[in-house]
Amino acid sequence: MTESNTEYAPANRSKFKKIDMSKVGGSDHGQSVEDLPSCLQVSNLNLYYGAAHSLTDINLSIPSQRVTAFIGPSGCGKSSLLRCFNRMNDLVENCSIKGSITLDGEDIYHRSVDVADLRRRVGMVFQKPNPFPKSIYENVAYGLRIQGVNKKRVLDESVEKSLKAAALWEEVKDRLHESALGLSGGQQQRLVIARTVAVEPEVLLLDEPASALDPISTLKIEELINELKDRYTIIIVTHNMQQAARVSDFTAFMYMGKLIEFDTADNIFTNPAQKQTEDYITGRYG
Amino acid sequence: MTAFKKFFAGGTPWIWINAGAVAISIIMTVGLLLLLAYNGLGHFWPKDLMLAQYSQPVESGDPLVREIIGERVGNEQVTAERIISSGIPVTGDRLMYERELVKIGNRDLNGNDFTWLLTDYLDNIRFPENLTAFERWEWGNFYGYVREVREAGTAVAVSDPANIADTAAWEALTERVARAVSLHEEIAALEKGAIGEVNYALERLRLQQRGLELRNTDTPEALAAIEAERADWDSRYAVLQEQLQELYEQIERDTVVMVAMNGQETEIEVSEIVRAYQPNGMHIGNKLVVYVQKLWEFLSDDPREANTEGGIFPAIFGTVIMVLLMSVLVTPFGVIAAVYLREYARQGVITRIIRIAVNNLAGVPSIVYGVFGLGFFIYFIGAEVDQAFYQEALPAPTFGTPGMLWAALTLALLTVPVVIVSTEEGLSRIPRSLREGSLALGATKFETIWRVVLPMASPAIMTGMILAVARAAGEVAPLMLVGVVKLAPALPLDGNYPYFHLDQKFMHLGFHIYDVGFQSPNVEAARPLVFATALLLVMITAVLNQVAVSIRNRLREKYKSLDM
Repeated sequence: MTESNTEYAPANRSKFKKIDMSKVGGSDHGQSVEDLPSCLQVSNLNLYYGAAHSLTDINLSIPSQRVTAFIGPSGCGKSSLLRCFNRMNDLVENCSIKGSITLDGEDIYHRSVDVADLRRRVGMVFQKPNPFPKSIYENVAYGLRIQGVNKKRVLDESVEKSLKAAALWEEVKDRLHESALGLSGGQQQRLVIARTVAVEPEVLLLDEPASALDPISTLKIEELINELKDRYTIIIVTHNMQQAARVSDFTAFMYMGKLIEFDTADNIFTNPAQKQTEDYITGRYG
Repeated sequence: MTAFKKFFAGGTPWIWINAGAVAISIIMTVGLLLLLAYNGLGHFWPKDLMLAQYSQPVESGDPLVREIIGERVGNEQVTAERIISSGIPVTGDRLMYERELVKIGNRDLNGNDFTWLLTDYLDNIRFPENLTAFERWEWGNFYGYVREVREAGTAVAVSDPANIADTAAWEALTERVARAVSLHEEIAALEKGAIGEVNYALERLRLQQRGLELRNTDTPEALAAIEAERADWDSRYAVLQEQLQELYEQIERDTVVMVAMNGQETEIEVSEIVRAYQPNGMHIGNKLVVYVQKLWEFLSDDPREANTEGGIFPAIFGTVIMVLLMSVLVTPFGVIAAVYLREYARQGVITRIIRIAVNNLAGVPSIVYGVFGLGFFIYFIGAEVDQAFYQEALPAPTFGTPGMLWAALTLALLTVPVVIVSTEEGLSRIPRSLREGSLALGATKFETIWRVVLPMASPAIMTGMILAVARAAGEVAPLMLVGVVKLAPALPLDGNYPYFHLDQKFMHLGFHIYDVGFQSPNVEAARPLVFATALLLVMITAVLNQVAVSIRNRLREKYKSLDM
C-alpha cells in the first residue's frame, strides 16, 4: 500500500485483479451476484423529491458480507439510493418512495417498522466527519447509551472493541476523555466508523467516506473497509473509481437516476457490458 | 484629487466614523456611571457643619440677623428677578445672584430641613469642632451643641457649648448612644424574630379554626386543641411582651439636652439617635469610617422616613430574587416553545405567523403586560387559587393580590420572546450533519434533540437569558401593577414555613428610584439617594449579566471548534 502515484492510475489493473483473486472466490470472472446470499433487496424503487424523479425503477440485490460500491457522476442518485437503505430520506420534506426495499426479507418501508431500530441495524457514515462535541469515549458510547446501556464495564468494553475495529485504539487510548473535536479529519472519520460499529449493525453505509480526507487517511479508511467486510455488509458510495476498484467486490454504475449496470468489480472495470459504463470508467464523461 | 480618492478608497474615513461612534458610546456610558457615582456616593460623606451669620435684607428697616448651622449641599446662580419675586429687595442692577442650599436639619424645630441662602449675605462662617450631628430614626438629622446628658431625668454630664475643649457631655453621650443602638437592635430582633413567630403561629391557628368551621368539622375536641395551643402561644407572648417592655424602659432612660441654632434648647431622647458625630473635629480616617458605616447601612438596612433615609436592602433583595425567579420561569418556557417551533412544527404559513407574532410581542409596551398580569394572573388565576386552597383566609386574598410570583410570571411573559428568538437562532445553527449522525445511530428525534442539539444550543439559550435578565431587571411599569410596593421591610425569604413566600409583595430598586425621586415629601433629602439607587441597580444588572455571560463563555468554549 505504499506504492507511488501510479497506483491510482486507471491503467494499472493489477491491483483489483489481486483483490478479486483473494476475496471474490478466486476466479477472475468471479461469482455472479445471484450466487451469493442477498442482504438487501431493492425492487422497482422510485424516489421523488417533490416533482423531481430522482431514482427510476431500481432493481438490485446487495450480497451479504461483501463490499458493494455505487459509482456514477454527480447527481446520478447514488447517495439518494444509499440513504433509502436506512430511511434517511424520511428527513427530507416532500420526499416520496415507491417500490420496496427488504432487509433480510423484511420490508423496511412497512408501517410497522421502527425507524430508529432500522437505523441501528443499518449504520451510516457520512461524507464529512461528524463527531459529536463530546469526548472520544462518549462519541463511541453514544449509540449504546441511547439503547439504555449505562453499565461502565459494558461501555468500556464496547468502546475499546469498536475503536480497535476502527483501527483508532492505539492512537487515542490515552486520551479517551478528551474532546473528539481535537482529532484530525482522518481520525474523526475513523471515530465515526467506530461509533457506528459500536451499535453492531448488520449493514454499513459509507457515503463518500474518504472524499474530505488526505491520501494517507484515505488509504487507512480503505484498509479498514477491507478488514470490516468479513463481518458487515458494506455499501460505499464513491466518486473515485480507483477507490471503487480497490475496495469493492461488486460495483453498481448509476446514471441519471437509473441503475445502468451491476456486476462484479472485475467485470465492471475490465469488461463492462454497457457502453455508458465503459465511457464513464474510461473518463469520457462524468 | 487622487490623494483624496485614495483616502476614501482606503477606508480611512469609515474607520474614523466607526471609532468615533464607539468612543461616543463609551464616553456616554462611562459619563453616566460617573455622574451617578459622584452624586450618589458623595452623599454618604460626613460633611463639615457650618456655623454662620445670615443677614438677609428686608423691605424696610434693619436686616434680620440669624444664626445658621448646617451642611452646605450645593449652590447655583439665580436671576435677580427670581430673588425679587421671592420677596427679597434687590439693590443695584446685578443680574445674577449666587445662592446656596444648606441642610439645616432639625425638622421638628424648623419645619423643613433644607433652606436656600444668598451667598452675599452669609457672613462670619466658622466650623467649630464641638458642633454635633445626629442621625435620628425620625425627623431627620439634628445639628447643634451638646449641653447636658441626663440619665432618668438627672444630669450626669454638662458642657458649655462656647468652650470647645469641654467634651465631657459629648463623651458621656457617645457611650449612651452606643448602648441605645445595641438595645435598639435587641428590640428589633425580638420583634421580628420571636414575636413575629408568635404572630405567625396565632394567625395559622386562626386559619386552622376557620378551616374547620368551613368544612363543618369544628368538633369541640378540635376547637379545644386549637384553643389550648393558642393559650400556649399567648402565654409565650406575654413573656416576650414583658421582655420587650423592659427593653423599652431601658432604652428610654437617657436624654440629651441640645442647643440648636439661635440658642434654641431642646431635649432629645438618646433612643432616637442612630448615629452621632462631630464632623468638624474628625480627621480624614474617622470620616472614612463613618462613610463606610453609612454606605454599609445604605446597602444592608431597611429604609426609614418614607424611604428618604436608611438603607435599601429589601429593594436589592426583592430585585435579585424576582429576576432569578423570572429566569427560572422563562427559560423552560422559551426553550420548549423554540424547540417546538424549530424542530417539530411543520414549517409553513402558520409557523411564520407565530414567529412574527413572537417578535411583535417583544415590542408590546411593558405596561400592557402589567395590565394583563393583573387581570389574568391575579384577578383570575390568583382568585381561583384562593378559592381552591386558601379558602379559610378569605375574604383576605392570599394569591389573589399582587405578589412576587405574579410579578415574576408577568416579567417572564414579557421576556419570553427574547428567549424564543435567540434559542431558535441557536437551534438553526446546529449543523444538519450532527443531527443525521445521531439519527443514523438509532437515536429518535427526541433523543437527538435532548442529547446533541440542546447542549450545543445552550450558549444561544444563555444569550437569550442574558437579554431577558437585562430587560427584566430594569423594568418598572408592569411591576407597579403586579407586586411592587413602596415599603415592605419583611423579606420574601424568612424562617417561617414555607420559608419562601411567593405571595408576598416586595420592594424593587427600579420602583424605589421612582418612588424616592418623584413621590417623596422631602425632595432635597431624597435626591442623592436616587443617584445611589440608580447606580446600584445598574451594578446589580451588570453583575447578574456578568454571571450569565461567564456561564455562556464556558459553554462556548466547550463547543468552540465546532464552527462547521
